[in-house]
Amino acid sequence: MDLIKASLSEISSAVKTKKVSAVEVTQFFQSRITKLDSQLNSYVTVNESASKEAAAIDAKVAKGEDPGLLAGVPFGIKDMFCTRGLRTTAGSKMLSEFVPPYDATVVARLRSAGATVLGKLNQDEFAMGSSNETSFFGPVKNPWDTAHVPGGSSGGSAAAQSARLAAATLGTDTGGSIRQPSSLCGIVGVKPTYGRVSRYGIVSYASSLDQAGPMVSSVSDAALTLEVICGRDEKDSTTSERSVPAFSKNLNQDLKGMKIGLMKEYMNRPGNHVDTSKTVEAAIDAVKKRGAEIVEISVPLTEHAVPMYYLIAASECSSNLARYDGVKYGHRAHFDNLGSIDLDAFYEKSRGEGFGKEVKRRIMLGTYCLSSGYYDAYYNKACQVRRLLRQQYTEAFQKCDVILSAVTTHPAFKIGERVSDPLAMYLNDIYTVSTNLAGLPGMSVPFGMSGHLPIGVQLTAAHFEEQKMLNVGFALEKDSPVAGKAPHVI
Amino acid sequence: MSSNQAPTYYRGYEAIIGLEIHAQLKTESKMFCSDATTFDAGDNENTSPVSIGMPGTLPVVNKRAIEFSIKTGLALNCEIRKKSVFSRKNYFYPDLPKGYQISQYDEPLCEHGEIKFNVGDKDNKYEKTVSITRAHMEEDAGKSNHFGEYTLINYNRSGMPLLEIVSGPDMRTPQEAAEYARTVRSVLRYLDVCDGNLDEGSLRCDCNISVRKIGAPKFGTKVEIKNINSFRFVEKAIEYEIDRQIDAVEAGEKIPQETRLYDPDKNRTFSMRLKEDAQDYRYFPDPDLMPVIVTPEMIEKFRKELPELPIARAQRFVTEHGLPEYDALVLTAEKELSEYFEVVAKTCKNSKAASNWVMTELLRELNQAEKAISQSPIKPEQLGQLIALIDKGTISGKIAKTVFSEMWTTSKDPEVVVKEKGLLQISDTGAIEKIIDEVLAANTAQVADYRGGRTKLFGFFVGAVMKASKGQANPDLVNQMLTDKLNKPA
Repeated sequence: MDLIKASLSEISSAVKTKKVSAVEVTQFFQSRITKLDSQLNSYVTVNESASKEAAAIDAKVAKGEDPGLLAGVPFGIKDMFCTRGLRTTAGSKMLSEFVPPYDATVVARLRSAGATVLGKLNQDEFAMGSSNETSFFGPVKNPWDTAHVPGGSSGGSAAAQSARLAAATLGTDTGGSIRQPSSLCGIVGVKPTYGRVSRYGIVSYASSLDQAGPMVSSVSDAALTLEVICGRDEKDSTTSERSVPAFSKNLNQDLKGMKIGLMKEYMNRPGNHVDTSKTVEAAIDAVKKRGAEIVEISVPLTEHAVPMYYLIAASECSSNLARYDGVKYGHRAHFDNLGSIDLDAFYEKSRGEGFGKEVKRRIMLGTYCLSSGYYDAYYNKACQVRRLLRQQYTEAFQKCDVILSAVTTHPAFKIGERVSDPLAMYLNDIYTVSTNLAGLPGMSVPFGMSGHLPIGVQLTAAHFEEQKMLNVGFALEKDSPVAGKAPHVI
Repeated sequence: MSSNQAPTYYRGYEAIIGLEIHAQLKTESKMFCSDATTFDAGDNENTSPVSIGMPGTLPVVNKRAIEFSIKTGLALNCEIRKKSVFSRKNYFYPDLPKGYQISQYDEPLCEHGEIKFNVGDKDNKYEKTVSITRAHMEEDAGKSNHFGEYTLINYNRSGMPLLEIVSGPDMRTPQEAAEYARTVRSVLRYLDVCDGNLDEGSLRCDCNISVRKIGAPKFGTKVEIKNINSFRFVEKAIEYEIDRQIDAVEAGEKIPQETRLYDPDKNRTFSMRLKEDAQDYRYFPDPDLMPVIVTPEMIEKFRKELPELPIARAQRFVTEHGLPEYDALVLTAEKELSEYFEVVAKTCKNSKAASNWVMTELLRELNQAEKAISQSPIKPEQLGQLIALIDKGTISGKIAKTVFSEMWTTSKDPEVVVKEKGLLQISDTGAIEKIIDEVLAANTAQVADYRGGRTKLFGFFVGAVMKASKGQANPDLVNQMLTDKLNKPA
């Protein structure tokens, strides 16, 4: 079978019917990593025992047991997810030698569905960045053009998936970190509703925004992965009790009766790349042809989403990253006179050396926002506006089922182009952050090209309405001009 | 109970005292994870990825801790918030693994309570009411053990569930403060939600003290004395601190806002750290935890489950056992003592005698031996049996004291002691008559004197008979038979 083109369910059923062994599938992707990743830098750590894990799946099949929905499917895992016995760095020097004694719930669920772990994928440091240039392990390159960024923060996942250095990958999305790189690398990326997926064992960036999701080659692969990873987890109080639909079985490309919302504030924004606007127009035509009705909606507060996002995310990260102090694990600065130095000096040097520039910038911003005297004006105000934004979205979803928009203002930009201008980098997130602030599900589906670079469109649905969004994505995928195209490394 | 006490002044000053009591809740697992809470575990044995704050781990609220906290709030006549919120208190310290402590800040579980208790001795007591500002849940930190050049940290205590009970600045004397602390401890122990063990740190007491000139409208600068490990020291530390502060004010010094420690050996307080460079804890709601929602049904259920509390029990001892109010208060101050008394009373069916024996003989021995009631070598059933032996006339009250001392040293049953020591009371009239006859025969001169009108000699004969019977003759019978014999014409 052609493992590059095979869907996850095809791989899984081939493994279950012994048409191919899980070990063979794993080794196929391992050899691709060995051959190609030097061009991309998408993996931070390769799992040496992946073949052994695959052999255990084959052994189950041999015994007549069912290894699960993802039998023998090798996953690349973003380095934010803790993996038992396998180094988990979060893209930071701070955790460059951290080996967790536990699996993130999502990873545990993949494993119990028969998936194996190929390795850990590069990312922006602590998921803070939109270009994968803040990683301690160096920038990741876009497989469609290695002079360009793959996006971020899940840049390693997007690059590895689009170059097929894994059958499927996982990413995390705090302000667009799944959708934006998926758009820039021409893959399907889904951020589920906040509370749909457990955050247990995922290195925290901004707890009220972080959410894990699949970054894969097709909407049906995404739907299948979601079925495995979603659902209540007793270890994460913020997960929902709601039952998880059989997303992959319910996929439906017929959009008759479906209302697609176009948000006034997002349409025809000045500053969009012309190909980005064209991609959105083409997607609107495509959904119309499949029977959907187009309605105009408005969510006025999205205008303030970027500052809201940076106040909240930075505040939470300043607290979440406090534990990296060199006392118990993580980078500890070297001192000749450890016994006689002041505790503050110990913290300052260890944290000063362990964190990169962007992380420090956000920690300082967040520390400031939470300080007494500023809390009400910044953090608290942002939280109040966030509640209103959520309300406005709820009202908008009275009028439509799914909102269609651009994912980013531009296709993949060049490595180094924006590193010196953090504000321009932050504004890149303009279309993605409000989804996280409102806790909504969102996804990116490839639907256009800008020269040789792919562009995605974003779909957003009401809380826990992933199915509607997946169905629209499933329909778009059929008409996508990106279909059949592949990055040059393939 | 009189409720008015003339104000107590010190050299023209008034002392303002408030207490913060940290009660470690007696749950089987920690506040936010399933680690055990045993006191005697080996170093870092009661830890897990959650309690040492490893990356990606998340807290999950212990429902039992919430139940215990609500019950305490109800017993302290607090209002229970329908919605309370866990917040993060951010600061760096090696024994704080996450870099923040999960606590409650502006929306605590319990607020606006009050508690009444008696202050003073039997002849000079008054009722005092102290307001409870709030009682909130939080997790404990680990424990640093400093060894000169290095420090070892034991995280067993990290994440232990605490309820912090904050009083209003309502106390005016060291006695009131100590009595308040004893009362709170007593309530916690009646509820069975806290061991109340100051030595093991399951109850910790911080005192806030300031002084002001009589009639001054504003409070003086308050000083906090931390971690005092006995109620007697609470009293002594505050006594010392009031004097120290008045001396300072009289000398024209400014009282700095600071934290002080009490040294019981030197009976003085000394400065630990100034609060003027006060830390900014940057409190904000913990995004990893949902608000605690308390329904009226939960409150009703917990209210019904509340055990009899000290004041109610004292009232019942007055009505049911016919005890004087003072005795009832002494016997109910400690849950175990009140239970001990009730078993004694039930066994001997003589509440007044039970109360006398417990309050005089038993408490005296316990105090001398510095033992708690639970360590008494005499079980309450045994003491009840001893009293029953007196009431049945098997032994005299005087002999009973001998039996009691023997029971104290050997823990033997009273019947066994009586038998072994041959202390059975002689109620056989024949035997007593024989002794009387011998005594009268040996003291013919005194008999003649008595019969001649020196009736005062009656006591002499009683003494002689009791001595001859080694104290075992039934005193009532001796009296009666002697009267008969002496008054009978020779």
